Amino acid sequence: MKFGIVRFPGSNCDADVHRAVTEGLGEEATYLWHKSHDLEGADVVVLPGGFSYGDYLRGGAIARFSPIMREVIDFAKAGGLTLGICNGFQVLCEARLLPGALVRNRSLRFRCLPVGLRVENAGTAFTSDYEEGRLIDIPIAHGQGQYVARPETLDRLEAEGRVVFRYVDADGHPTDAANPNGSARNIAGIINETGNILGLMPHPERHSLAVLGSTDGLGVFTSLREAVARGAPRPAGAADPRPDVPADAGDAFDSSTRTIGVEA
Amino acid sequence: MADTYSVEVRITPRQGILDPEGETIARALENLGYEGVGSVRAGRLVRMEVRSASEDDARSTVEKMCEELIANPVIEDFEVRIGDDG
Repeated sequence: MKFGIVRFPGSNCDADVHRAVTEGLGEEATYLWHKSHDLEGADVVVLPGGFSYGDYLRGGAIARFSPIMREVIDFAKAGGLTLGICNGFQVLCEARLLPGALVRNRSLRFRCLPVGLRVENAGTAFTSDYEEGRLIDIPIAHGQGQYVARPETLDRLEAEGRVVFRYVDADGHPTDAANPNGSARNIAGIINETGNILGLMPHPERHSLAVLGSTDGLGVFTSLREAVARGAPRPAGAADPRPDVPADAGDAFDSSTRTIGVEA
Repeated sequence: MADTYSVEVRITPRQGILDPEGETIARALENLGYEGVGSVRAGRLVRMEVRSASEDDARSTVEKMCEELIANPVIEDFEVRIGDDG
Protein backbone atom coordinates (compact mmCIF):
# COMPACT_ATOMS: atom_id res chain seq x y z
CA MET A 1 0.00 0.00 0.00
CA LYS A 2 1.03 3.56 -0.54
CA PHE A 3 0.75 6.81 1.40
CA GLY A 4 0.79 10.07 -0.56
CA ILE A 5 2.18 12.97 1.46
CA VAL A 6 1.29 16.40 0.15
CA ARG A 7 4.05 19.00 0.17
CA PHE A 8 2.94 22.63 0.29
CA PRO A 9 5.46 25.45 0.41
CA GLY A 10 6.04 25.65 4.16
CA SER A 11 5.15 22.05 5.01
CA ASN A 12 7.74 20.85 7.50
CA CYS A 13 6.49 17.52 8.85
CA ASP A 14 6.35 15.81 5.46
CA ALA A 15 9.65 13.97 6.01
CA ASP A 16 8.56 12.90 9.51
CA VAL A 17 5.42 11.31 8.07
CA HIS A 18 7.50 9.70 5.33
CA ARG A 19 9.75 8.06 7.93
CA ALA A 20 6.80 6.99 10.07
CA VAL A 21 5.35 5.22 7.02
CA THR A 22 8.53 3.76 5.54
CA GLU A 23 10.48 2.95 8.72
CA GLY A 24 7.78 2.71 11.40
CA LEU A 25 5.19 0.94 9.28
CA GLY A 26 7.36 -0.52 6.52
CA GLU A 27 5.08 0.66 3.72
CA GLU A 28 5.57 2.80 0.67
CA ALA A 29 5.30 6.60 0.80
CA THR A 30 5.53 9.22 -1.90
CA TYR A 31 5.61 12.99 -1.82
CA LEU A 32 2.92 14.83 -3.75
CA TRP A 33 3.97 18.30 -4.88
CA HIS A 34 1.34 21.00 -4.35
CA LYS A 35 1.42 22.02 -8.02
CA SER A 36 0.76 18.49 -9.22
CA HIS A 37 -2.66 17.15 -10.15
CA ASP A 38 -1.71 13.51 -9.61
CA LEU A 39 -2.19 11.54 -6.39
CA GLU A 40 0.05 8.83 -7.89
CA GLY A 41 -2.21 5.97 -6.87
CA ALA A 42 -1.98 6.67 -3.15
CA ASP A 43 -4.30 4.63 -0.93
CA VAL A 44 -4.09 7.20 1.85
CA VAL A 45 -3.47 10.93 1.43
CA VAL A 46 -1.75 12.79 4.26
CA LEU A 47 -1.76 16.57 4.67
CA PRO A 48 1.23 17.06 6.97
CA GLY A 49 2.06 19.69 9.55
CA GLY A 50 3.91 22.90 8.90
CA PHE A 51 3.17 26.47 8.01
CA SER A 52 1.86 26.23 4.47
CA TYR A 53 2.09 29.58 2.68
CA GLY A 54 3.46 31.14 5.87
CA ASP A 55 0.04 30.81 7.53
CA TYR A 56 -0.92 33.98 5.65
CA LEU A 57 -4.52 35.05 6.15
CA ARG A 58 -5.33 32.00 8.35
CA GLY A 59 -3.59 28.67 8.86
CA GLY A 60 -4.43 26.46 5.89
CA ALA A 61 -6.49 29.12 4.10
CA ILE A 62 -4.22 29.49 1.08
CA ALA A 63 -3.12 25.84 0.89
CA ARG A 64 -6.75 24.90 0.49
CA PHE A 65 -6.61 26.44 -3.02
CA SER A 66 -3.37 24.72 -4.09
CA PRO A 67 -3.60 22.90 -7.42
CA ILE A 68 -3.36 19.44 -5.85
CA MET A 69 -6.19 20.19 -3.44
CA ARG A 70 -8.66 19.76 -6.29
CA GLU A 71 -7.65 16.09 -6.50
CA VAL A 72 -7.36 15.73 -2.71
CA ILE A 73 -10.88 17.09 -2.22
CA ASP A 74 -12.27 14.81 -4.95
CA PHE A 75 -10.43 11.85 -3.39
CA ALA A 76 -11.73 12.66 0.09
CA LYS A 77 -15.30 13.29 -1.09
CA ALA A 78 -15.22 9.97 -2.93
CA GLY A 79 -14.39 8.21 0.34
CA GLY A 80 -10.58 8.14 0.08
CA LEU A 81 -8.76 7.86 3.42
CA THR A 82 -7.45 11.34 4.18
CA LEU A 83 -5.43 12.30 7.25
CA GLY A 84 -4.72 15.91 8.20
CA ILE A 85 -2.15 16.52 10.91
CA CYS A 86 -1.78 19.94 12.56
CA ASN A 87 -1.59 22.36 9.60
CA GLY A 88 -3.22 19.58 7.59
CA PHE A 89 -6.18 19.62 10.02
CA GLN A 90 -6.45 23.38 9.46
CA VAL A 91 -6.46 22.80 5.69
CA LEU A 92 -9.26 20.21 6.01
CA CYS A 93 -11.37 22.64 8.04
CA GLU A 94 -10.69 25.49 5.60
CA ALA A 95 -11.70 23.16 2.76
CA ARG A 96 -14.94 22.44 4.71
CA LEU A 97 -14.15 18.74 4.65
CA LEU A 98 -14.34 18.87 8.44
CA PRO A 99 -16.59 21.16 10.47
CA GLY A 100 -15.37 24.00 12.68
CA ALA A 101 -12.10 25.88 12.64
CA LEU A 102 -8.77 26.17 14.44
CA VAL A 103 -7.93 29.54 15.93
CA ARG A 104 -5.14 31.06 18.00
CA ASN A 105 -4.30 29.16 21.19
CA ARG A 106 -6.11 30.64 24.12
CA SER A 107 -2.76 31.33 25.81
CA LEU A 108 -1.50 33.07 22.64
CA ARG A 109 1.61 30.92 23.08
CA PHE A 110 3.05 28.45 20.61
CA ARG A 111 2.93 25.14 22.48
CA CYS A 112 5.46 22.42 21.67
CA LEU A 113 5.35 19.42 24.01
CA PRO A 114 4.00 15.87 24.30
CA VAL A 115 0.40 15.85 25.56
CA GLY A 116 -1.90 13.17 26.90
CA LEU A 117 -4.69 12.02 24.61
CA ARG A 118 -7.52 9.56 25.06
CA VAL A 119 -8.65 7.49 22.10
CA GLU A 120 -12.38 8.24 22.22
CA ASN A 121 -13.43 6.14 19.27
CA ALA A 122 -11.46 3.05 18.30
CA GLY A 123 -13.98 2.09 15.66
CA THR A 124 -12.51 4.26 12.91
CA ALA A 125 -10.19 3.48 10.03
CA PHE A 126 -7.58 5.62 11.80
CA THR A 127 -7.80 4.13 15.30
CA SER A 128 -8.90 0.48 14.99
CA ASP A 129 -5.51 -0.66 16.24
CA TYR A 130 -6.00 1.12 19.58
CA GLU A 131 -8.21 0.02 22.42
CA GLU A 132 -11.02 2.43 23.08
CA GLY A 133 -10.17 4.69 26.01
CA ARG A 134 -6.47 4.08 25.69
CA LEU A 135 -4.26 6.92 26.91
CA ILE A 136 -1.40 7.89 24.61
CA ASP A 137 1.28 10.57 24.61
CA ILE A 138 1.60 12.48 21.36
CA PRO A 139 3.56 15.69 20.72
CA ILE A 140 1.86 18.92 19.72
CA ALA A 141 3.56 21.92 18.12
CA HIS A 142 1.19 24.73 17.19
CA GLY A 143 0.12 28.29 17.80
CA GLN A 144 -3.33 27.98 16.21
CA GLY A 145 -4.80 24.77 17.52
CA GLN A 146 -7.83 25.87 19.46
CA TYR A 147 -10.72 23.94 17.98
CA VAL A 148 -13.94 25.94 17.77
CA ALA A 149 -17.34 25.12 16.30
CA ARG A 150 -20.97 26.04 16.91
CA PRO A 151 -22.45 24.37 20.02
CA GLU A 152 -24.86 22.35 17.86
CA THR A 153 -21.94 21.12 15.73
CA LEU A 154 -20.05 20.09 18.86
CA ASP A 155 -23.13 18.26 20.18
CA ARG A 156 -23.49 16.45 16.90
CA LEU A 157 -19.81 15.46 16.81
CA GLU A 158 -20.11 14.08 20.33
CA ALA A 159 -23.38 12.25 19.66
CA GLU A 160 -22.03 10.62 16.51
CA GLY A 161 -18.74 9.52 18.09
CA ARG A 162 -16.81 11.80 15.81
CA VAL A 163 -14.57 13.21 18.53
CA VAL A 164 -11.78 10.68 18.03
CA PHE A 165 -9.04 12.13 20.26
CA ARG A 166 -9.38 14.29 23.36
CA TYR A 167 -6.78 16.07 25.50
CA VAL A 168 -6.76 14.44 28.93
CA ASP A 169 -4.66 14.30 32.09
CA ALA A 170 -2.74 11.26 33.31
CA ASP A 171 -5.95 9.79 34.74
CA GLY A 172 -7.79 10.21 31.47
CA HIS A 173 -9.87 13.22 32.55
CA PRO A 174 -10.44 16.05 30.08
CA THR A 175 -9.45 18.85 32.47
CA ASP A 176 -8.67 22.48 31.65
CA ALA A 177 -5.08 21.91 32.74
CA ALA A 178 -4.73 19.07 30.23
CA ASN A 179 -6.08 21.26 27.41
CA PRO A 180 -3.03 22.85 25.76
CA ASN A 181 -4.84 25.35 23.55
CA GLY A 182 -8.33 25.98 24.87
CA SER A 183 -10.05 23.68 22.40
CA ALA A 184 -13.80 23.29 22.87
CA ARG A 185 -14.51 20.21 25.00
CA ASN A 186 -10.78 19.31 24.89
CA ILE A 187 -11.18 18.14 21.30
CA ALA A 188 -7.87 17.13 19.71
CA GLY A 189 -9.09 15.25 16.64
CA ILE A 190 -12.34 14.72 14.74
CA ILE A 191 -13.60 12.64 11.87
CA ASN A 192 -16.12 13.35 9.10
CA GLU A 193 -19.58 11.78 8.87
CA THR A 194 -18.51 8.97 6.58
CA GLY A 195 -15.42 8.11 8.59
CA ASN A 196 -12.76 8.57 5.92
CA ILE A 197 -11.38 12.03 6.76
CA LEU A 198 -9.63 12.62 10.07
CA GLY A 199 -7.96 15.76 11.33
CA LEU A 200 -5.97 16.14 14.54
CA MET A 201 -3.62 18.76 15.95
CA PRO A 202 -1.16 16.37 17.68
CA HIS A 203 1.55 14.72 15.58
CA PRO A 204 1.31 10.88 15.68
CA GLU A 205 4.29 10.66 13.30
CA ARG A 206 6.52 12.23 15.96
CA HIS A 207 5.88 9.22 18.22
CA SER A 208 6.08 6.50 15.62
CA LEU A 209 9.61 5.11 16.02
CA ALA A 210 11.35 3.69 19.09
CA VAL A 211 14.25 6.05 18.46
CA LEU A 212 11.87 8.97 18.97
CA GLY A 213 11.15 7.74 22.49
CA SER A 214 7.63 6.46 21.87
CA THR A 215 5.57 4.57 19.34
CA ASP A 216 2.21 5.71 20.75
CA GLY A 217 1.36 7.33 17.43
CA LEU A 218 2.15 4.37 15.20
CA GLY A 219 -1.34 2.96 15.77
CA VAL A 220 -2.80 5.58 13.45
CA PHE A 221 -0.65 4.24 10.62
CA THR A 222 -1.15 0.54 11.40
CA SER A 223 -4.91 1.16 11.62
CA LEU A 224 -4.86 2.78 8.18
CA ARG A 225 -2.94 -0.16 6.75
CA GLU A 226 -5.58 -2.52 8.10
CA ALA A 227 -8.36 -0.35 6.69
CA VAL A 228 -6.76 -0.45 3.23
CA ALA A 229 -6.19 -4.21 3.51
CA ARG A 230 -9.85 -4.66 4.46
CA GLY A 231 -10.72 -2.84 1.27
CA ALA A 232 -11.59 0.68 2.36
CA PRO A 233 -13.48 2.59 -0.34
CA ARG A 234 -10.99 3.14 -3.09
CA PRO A 235 -11.57 6.12 -5.34
CA ALA A 236 -10.56 5.95 -8.97
CA GLY A 237 -6.85 6.41 -9.41
CA ALA A 238 -5.83 4.72 -6.16
CA ALA A 239 -3.78 1.55 -6.35
CA ASP A 240 -5.85 -1.62 -6.22
CA PRO A 241 -4.95 -3.49 -3.02
CA ARG A 242 -6.61 -6.63 -4.41
CA PRO A 243 -5.09 -7.07 -7.86
CA ASP A 244 -6.75 -10.46 -8.34
CA VAL A 245 -10.18 -8.85 -8.29
CA PRO A 246 -11.49 -7.51 -11.61
CA ALA A 247 -11.17 -3.75 -11.72
CA ASP A 248 -14.87 -2.94 -11.61
CA ALA A 249 -15.91 -5.64 -9.11
CA GLY A 250 -14.28 -3.83 -6.23
CA ASP A 251 -16.19 -0.67 -6.91
CA ALA A 252 -18.89 -1.15 -4.32
CA PHE A 253 -18.94 2.53 -3.75
CA ASP A 254 -20.95 5.00 -5.72
CA SER A 255 -19.59 8.48 -5.37
CA SER A 256 -22.65 10.00 -7.03
CA THR A 257 -24.91 9.08 -4.12
CA ARG A 258 -22.42 9.71 -1.38
CA THR A 259 -22.86 12.72 0.84
CA ILE A 260 -20.14 14.10 2.99
CA GLY A 261 -20.62 16.25 6.03
CA VAL A 262 -20.18 19.86 5.03
CA GLU A 263 -21.09 21.80 8.11
CA ALA A 264 -20.03 24.93 9.83
CA MET B 1 -17.32 51.12 -18.62
CA ALA B 2 -15.48 49.71 -15.65
CA ASP B 3 -14.57 51.94 -12.76
CA THR B 4 -11.97 51.33 -10.10
CA TYR B 5 -13.25 51.14 -6.58
CA SER B 6 -11.16 51.12 -3.46
CA VAL B 7 -12.51 48.53 -1.16
CA GLU B 8 -11.88 47.93 2.51
CA VAL B 9 -12.75 44.66 4.15
CA ARG B 10 -12.86 44.59 7.94
CA ILE B 11 -12.64 41.14 9.43
CA THR B 12 -13.43 40.58 13.10
CA PRO B 13 -13.85 37.46 15.24
CA ARG B 14 -17.47 36.38 15.15
CA GLN B 15 -19.61 37.12 18.19
CA GLY B 16 -19.32 34.22 20.58
CA ILE B 17 -15.87 33.22 19.35
CA LEU B 18 -13.13 33.75 21.90
CA ASP B 19 -10.65 36.43 20.91
CA PRO B 20 -7.53 35.81 23.00
CA GLU B 21 -5.68 38.60 21.18
CA GLY B 22 -8.39 41.14 22.05
CA GLU B 23 -8.49 39.92 25.65
CA THR B 24 -4.71 40.27 25.93
CA ILE B 25 -4.82 43.82 24.55
CA ALA B 26 -7.55 44.67 27.07
CA ARG B 27 -5.45 43.31 29.93
CA ALA B 28 -2.35 45.17 28.73
CA LEU B 29 -4.29 48.46 28.53
CA GLU B 30 -5.53 47.89 32.05
CA ASN B 31 -1.95 47.26 33.21
CA LEU B 32 -0.92 50.54 31.59
CA GLY B 33 -3.46 52.31 33.74
CA TYR B 34 -6.19 52.94 31.19
CA GLU B 35 -9.54 52.69 32.87
CA GLY B 36 -12.88 52.14 31.31
CA VAL B 37 -11.80 49.83 28.52
CA GLY B 38 -14.57 47.34 27.91
CA SER B 39 -14.48 44.53 25.42
CA VAL B 40 -11.62 44.59 22.90
CA ARG B 41 -11.87 42.63 19.65
CA ALA B 42 -8.85 42.52 17.32
CA GLY B 43 -9.33 41.91 13.62
CA ARG B 44 -7.76 42.43 10.24
CA LEU B 45 -8.08 45.03 7.52
CA VAL B 46 -7.71 44.21 3.84
CA ARG B 47 -7.60 47.08 1.32
CA MET B 48 -7.83 46.43 -2.38
CA GLU B 49 -8.64 48.05 -5.67
CA VAL B 50 -11.32 46.38 -7.73
CA ARG B 51 -12.33 47.20 -11.29
CA SER B 52 -16.00 46.69 -11.72
CA ALA B 53 -18.99 47.89 -13.77
CA SER B 54 -20.74 49.37 -10.76
CA GLU B 55 -20.46 49.76 -7.04
CA ASP B 56 -23.05 47.05 -6.53
CA ASP B 57 -21.06 44.69 -8.73
CA ALA B 58 -17.87 45.48 -6.84
CA ARG B 59 -19.61 44.86 -3.53
CA SER B 60 -21.09 41.53 -4.54
CA THR B 61 -17.76 40.38 -6.02
CA VAL B 62 -15.86 41.28 -2.86
CA GLU B 63 -18.49 39.66 -0.65
CA LYS B 64 -18.05 36.48 -2.65
CA MET B 65 -14.25 36.76 -2.24
CA CYS B 66 -14.76 37.09 1.51
CA GLU B 67 -16.95 34.02 1.75
CA GLU B 68 -14.54 32.01 -0.37
CA LEU B 69 -11.14 33.11 0.93
CA ILE B 70 -10.65 36.42 2.75
CA ALA B 71 -12.74 35.53 5.79
CA ASN B 72 -13.74 32.22 7.34
CA PRO B 73 -17.46 32.57 8.06
CA VAL B 74 -17.21 29.85 10.70
CA ILE B 75 -15.16 32.12 12.95
CA GLU B 76 -15.18 35.59 11.42
CA ASP B 77 -17.56 38.38 10.47
CA PHE B 78 -16.69 40.71 7.65
CA GLU B 79 -17.81 44.13 6.52
CA VAL B 80 -17.20 45.53 3.02
CA ARG B 81 -16.79 49.29 2.58
CA ILE B 82 -16.48 50.83 -0.87
CA GLY B 83 -15.23 54.17 -2.13
CA ASP B 84 -15.06 55.35 -5.76
CA ASP B 85 -11.56 56.11 -6.99
CA GLY B 86 -12.79 56.69 -10.52
